[in-house]
Amino acid sequence: MSLRALDRRSWVFLGLLFIIVVAVPLANLATAPGSWAHLPSFAVSLFGKYLCYALLAVALDLVWGYCGILSLGHGAFFALGGYAMGMHLMREIGPRGVYGDPVLPDFMVFLNWDHLPWFWHGFDMFWFALAMTMIVPGVLAFVFGWLAFRSRVTGVYLSIITQALTYALMLAFFRNEMGFGGNNGLTDFKDVLGFDLQSDATRAGLFVLSGLALALGFILCRVIVTSKAGKVLVAVRDAESRTRFLGYRVESYKLFVFTVSAMLAGLAGALYTPQVGIINPSEFSPANSIEIVIMVALGGRGTLVGAALGAIVVGAANTLLTGWFPDFWLFVLGGLFVAVTLFMPRGILGVFDRGGPVRPGAPAGLALRRKEA
Amino acid sequence: MTRLHRLIILAVLCLGITSTASTAAVADEISLREIAAGFVDANFSGVSETAQALAETGDPAAAVILQALREGRLHWMKSDEALLIADRDGREMRLFDLFSEEPAGTARRRDLSKVTVNNAIRNQVDGLIGGLTLLSPDPEARRSAVTAVFERRDPAFLETLDQAIEQEEDARLRALMEEARAAILLADDGAPLEARLAAVATIEARGGQDALSTLAAALSEDAPPALVDAAAEARAAVEARLKMWGYAQNVWQGLSLGSVLLLAAIGLAITFGVMGVINMAHGELVMLGAYTTFFVQEIIRTSAPGLFEWSLLIALPLAFLVSGGVGVLIERGVVRWLYGRPLETLLATWGISLILQQTVRTIFGPNNREVGNPDWMSGAMHLGELTITYNRLWIIVFALAVFALLLLVLRHTPIGLQMRAVTQNRAMAADMGVRTGWVDAMTFGLGAGVAGLAGVALSQIDNVSPNLGQSYIVDSFMVVVFGGAGNLWGALAGAFTLGIANKFLEPVAGAVLAKILVLVFIILFIQKRPRGLFAVRGRAVEA
Amino acid sequence: MSPGPAPRATSALLYLDGVSKSFDGFRAINGLSFIVEPGELHAVIGPNGAGKTTMMDIVTGKTKPDEGTVLWDGRVDLAQIDEAGSARLGIGRKFQKPTVFETHSVEDNLLLALNADRGVFATLFATLSAAQATRIDDLLALVRLEDRRHTLAGGLSHGQKQWLEIGMLLAQDPKLLLVDEPAAGMTDDETMRTAQLLRDIAGDHAVVVVEHDMAFVQALDCCVTVLHQGTVLADGSLAHVSAVPAVIDVYLGR
Repeated sequence: MSLRALDRRSWVFLGLLFIIVVAVPLANLATAPGSWAHLPSFAVSLFGKYLCYALLAVALDLVWGYCGILSLGHGAFFALGGYAMGMHLMREIGPRGVYGDPVLPDFMVFLNWDHLPWFWHGFDMFWFALAMTMIVPGVLAFVFGWLAFRSRVTGVYLSIITQALTYALMLAFFRNEMGFGGNNGLTDFKDVLGFDLQSDATRAGLFVLSGLALALGFILCRVIVTSKAGKVLVAVRDAESRTRFLGYRVESYKLFVFTVSAMLAGLAGALYTPQVGIINPSEFSPANSIEIVIMVALGGRGTLVGAALGAIVVGAANTLLTGWFPDFWLFVLGGLFVAVTLFMPRGILGVFDRGGPVRPGAPAGLALRRKEA
Repeated sequence: MTRLHRLIILAVLCLGITSTASTAAVADEISLREIAAGFVDANFSGVSETAQALAETGDPAAAVILQALREGRLHWMKSDEALLIADRDGREMRLFDLFSEEPAGTARRRDLSKVTVNNAIRNQVDGLIGGLTLLSPDPEARRSAVTAVFERRDPAFLETLDQAIEQEEDARLRALMEEARAAILLADDGAPLEARLAAVATIEARGGQDALSTLAAALSEDAPPALVDAAAEARAAVEARLKMWGYAQNVWQGLSLGSVLLLAAIGLAITFGVMGVINMAHGELVMLGAYTTFFVQEIIRTSAPGLFEWSLLIALPLAFLVSGGVGVLIERGVVRWLYGRPLETLLATWGISLILQQTVRTIFGPNNREVGNPDWMSGAMHLGELTITYNRLWIIVFALAVFALLLLVLRHTPIGLQMRAVTQNRAMAADMGVRTGWVDAMTFGLGAGVAGLAGVALSQIDNVSPNLGQSYIVDSFMVVVFGGAGNLWGALAGAFTLGIANKFLEPVAGAVLAKILVLVFIILFIQKRPRGLFAVRGRAVEA
Repeated sequence: MSPGPAPRATSALLYLDGVSKSFDGFRAINGLSFIVEPGELHAVIGPNGAGKTTMMDIVTGKTKPDEGTVLWDGRVDLAQIDEAGSARLGIGRKFQKPTVFETHSVEDNLLLALNADRGVFATLFATLSAAQATRIDDLLALVRLEDRRHTLAGGLSHGQKQWLEIGMLLAQDPKLLLVDEPAAGMTDDETMRTAQLLRDIAGDHAVVVVEHDMAFVQALDCCVTVLHQGTVLADGSLAHVSAVPAVIDVYLGR
C-alpha cells in the first residue's frame, strides 16, 4: 500500500532526504576539523532542528493543505511533545543537578517542593516518555477537535480559537505552579538513554533519527492523502456541505486527521528538545505557530513535499539573516507572508504544478463567504 | 504636614481663639513649665509620660512644645536645666523661647542637651498634637487632628473631643469626631457599658477596613461579654458590607478592563464584523496610535511645554489619521486583492504586523517609551470604599464615547449607509453607483483609525513599546468572537463581560489563571454558539 | 440510527405533517404537510420564498423544524438526524447551484458518491472493487462524461457539472432524490434529456423535483405541488393545479 502512495516527487524527496541524512553526519564525524569538508557539530544540531520543523510543517499541511483546517496552534502540540521529552531528560539528569537531588529536578528544589508532582511520574522511563510525546498532543487535539468540529466551528473562527488555545497554554506554562519550570522551561539536559547529548556521535544519531521520523511521517501522510479517506478530506476542504450530503461524517474525518497531525507534531517536538537543549513556554507563542503556517504556504500547501521544503528554506533564512542582519529578519518574514499570499498562493511547488485548474479564488472550503463572516 | 501643623498652632495662638474655649482647663505658663521640666534628663518613658501630661492640660501652648519635641528641636541648657527650642546654625545653636518663640540668643552646642525621642514617642506625640488641634479654626487641621485621635484612642482626648463635637459645624467632620470618640470609648474599660455599646454601633456605621481593625483590636481582655458579642456582630456586619464593596471594586475594575478591551476590539469589530476581514495587524495600528502620542508629547516637551495638558487631545486626531492612513494603505495595497479569502488575509496581515513592529523598533528602539499623564489623568477619588483613578475613569468614558460615535457614523452618515449597503449586497451597491473600492478603503481606514484612538488611550496605562499590539491581539479577537462578529453591540457586551469575568476570577484564581480560564471559557462557549452572543441568524447565514 | 422493529406510522416514504420553521420572525415554512410515496415522481413549484429550499433543508437534516412531524419510511424522525445521517438513510440531494468537488477528477467525484461504508477507517483502507469500477463506468456513460473521466471537475462546463452531480446522486443509490432546479443552465435538448432521465429513475427511486421551468415540469408529467408562503396552495396534475384560481393569482398569472 505504501509504495503505491508514493509518486515520483515523493521518491525524489525521500532520495534527497536520504542523501542529507547520510552526508551530514559523515561530514561531521568522518572528516578532520579544519578540513574543507568538515561540518561543525553545532551545524548538525541546527540541521536536525530544521528537520523537526519540516516534520511539523508536514503535519500542518496534512490538516491545512488537505482538509482546509488552518490551525494557528500547531506549535502547542509541538511544544507539548517537546515538554514530554524534556521531562524525561530532566529525570535522567538524576543526582547530577546543581542541587544534587536524586529525584527532583533543580527547579523543583529551588521552589522548595518536597515531592514530584503526580504527572511527572513515569517519565523516568524512556518508552513511557516517548509514548507521551504523541499521546498528550493527540489527546488534547482529540478533545479540542471533538468540541470544535462537532459544533461546526470552521474557517477563521477555528483559526482564532486554535490561536487562543496555544496562547492559553503559553500563559499556563509560564506559571511556576504548573510544575514545568515556569519561565525558564526545562534545560541543562545531560544525556539520553546514556548517550552524552554534547557528544558528536549523539548529535549525529539524533539527526539521523529526525530524518527518519520525517521520512516516516511523510510516508504516513502520503498514505492517508492518497487513500479514499484522503479524497474525502479534499472533498471536505473544497465543499464541506456537499460532503455531508453524500453521507460522510465530516467531523469524524477532521477529528481523525487533526489528531494524527497533532501526534506527528508532538513527535517533531520530542526530537527538537534534545537537539536544541531547552524547551520553554515561548515555544507556545502564537507567533511560532503562525510561522509554521508560512513555511507550509511558501513551499506549497497540499503538497507535503512543499511543506518540508518551506520549513527548511524559512528555517535556514532565519538562521542566516538573524546572524547577519538581526534587524532585517522580521522585515523578510513579514514580507514573505505578504508576498506568498499575494503572488504565490500555491507556493514554490505550485509554480511547477500544471494540469490543475487555476483555483477560482480559493478552494470553497477555505473561503467563508463575506456576507457570512 | 508638620510644617502645616506648626503654622496652625501659631495661628491659634496669635488669634487667641482658644480664649473662647469655655471649660478647658487653661493652665498658666508656670504650671506648663513645671510639667515640661519632666523632659529634662528623662529616659524614653519619662519623655512619654511628660508629653502625655502636657497634652492633658489641653492648653494649645502645649502643642507648640510637643511639636518642637516631635521635630527634635526641644533642648535644655546643661547649666540651668531651662527648656528651650534650638535650631542648629553652623557650630552654634540659635535659641527660641519655649512659649513666645522669640529669639533668645545663641549657645554653643555642647552647652545644650537634646530631648531625644524614638518612633513610639513620635507616634504618640502626633496623636497628642491631634488632640490639641481639634479646636483649630482650620477644618483641614481639625480633619487631620481627628484622624490622629482616632488612631491613638487615648481617653485623655475625650474631654477635648466632646468640646470639639459641640462646636463643630461641618457635619462630616462632626461624624468623624463622633467616630473617634466611639473608638476611644470602645477601648476604655473605665467607660460605662451603655456608652461603649453605643460606640460599637457608631463604629459599625463608619464601616471600612479601619472599623474592622478598630473593632478587632480595641477590646481588652476584661471587656464585658455583652460588649464582646456586640462587637462581633458589628464586625460581621462590617465584613458583609466590605464584601459588597469588594464586589463593587471588582465590577469597577472589570469595567475598566472591559473598556480597554472594547477600545482594542472595536476597530476590529468594524474590519472583521462589517467587512469580514481578519486584520492581524490591528494591534500594531493601536501601537502606532500610542507612538503618535509619544511623538506629540516629545514635540510639546521641546517646543511648547505649556501645551502638555492638551497633548492627548492633540494626539487624538493625529493618531486617527496616522493609523487610519496606514490602514488605507494596507487595504489598497494588500487586503483588497484577498477579498473572499479570509485565511490568506489573516496571513498577509500578520506579515504586515511583523513589518510594522520592526519598523517602529528600528525608528524608536526596542525599549519602552515614556508617555506622560496630564494632570487631569492623574490621581484618584474615593467613593465609599472604592478607589477610582482618573485615568481609568477617563478611559471608560472615552471608550463609550468612541463606541457611541461609531454607532452614529454607521447609522446616520452617508459613508455609514454606503458601508452597510456594500456589506449587504456588494453587486447591487456597485450597480447603484456606490464606489465599492472606495467604501472598502474607508471602512478599513475607519477601523484602523479607531485602533489609533485606542492607542492614545492605552498609552496612558500601558507600556509603549513595539510589542504593545501583540499583547492585545488575542484578547481583542476573543472579544469579537465572543460578542459575535458583525455587531458593534456584541463587541460592547463581549468586552465588558470578559472584563468583569476576568476581575471576578482574579481574586479566586490569580491573574494568569483567570485569563486562562476566560480563554477556556470562550473556547467552550464558541462550541455552543459558534457565532457569538449577538449572532445574526437565518437561512443565509447558515448556508 | 437503526430504526428497529417500531411500528410504521405511515406507508409513505416521506411524511411531513404540520411542519413550521421561522428565521428571526420570518415564517419560511408554515404548517406544511407533504407526502412522498416510494417510487413516486413529484414536482414542487412555487415562487421565490415559497419555502422550497427550507423544506429540503428540513428533510435532509440541515435545518431543524420548530414544530411538526417529519417521518422517514414511517419510522425515523428526521428532525433528530443530521445531513450525513439523512444521506445514509437513503436521501440524496442535488443543489440548485451545482456543487461538485472541483479539485477531484470526474471519476473521483463518482467514487466518493458510490454507496459504500462512509466510516473514516473504512475509507482509509478501501480499495476499488471490480463491481464499483463497473458501476462508475456505467454512470460515466449515463451522464455522457466518459471522455472527461480524468478531468478535474472544476474544468467542466456548467451543464456538465449538473450532469456530474446527477451522476453522483445516482451513485449514492438513494431511495429518495431531492433535485433542486436541475434544468438551470441547460440547453433545451439537455433539459428534455434530464426530464427523461428523472422519469426513468422514478419507480426504483422516489424523486422530488423543485423547478421553475414549466416546460420541464410538463415534460416530467407527474403530480405537482404548489407552495406559497410556506404552505401547500394546491396539488394534483399540472393541468389541475394550473386551473386553480389561487395558483394563477400568485404564480402562473404573473
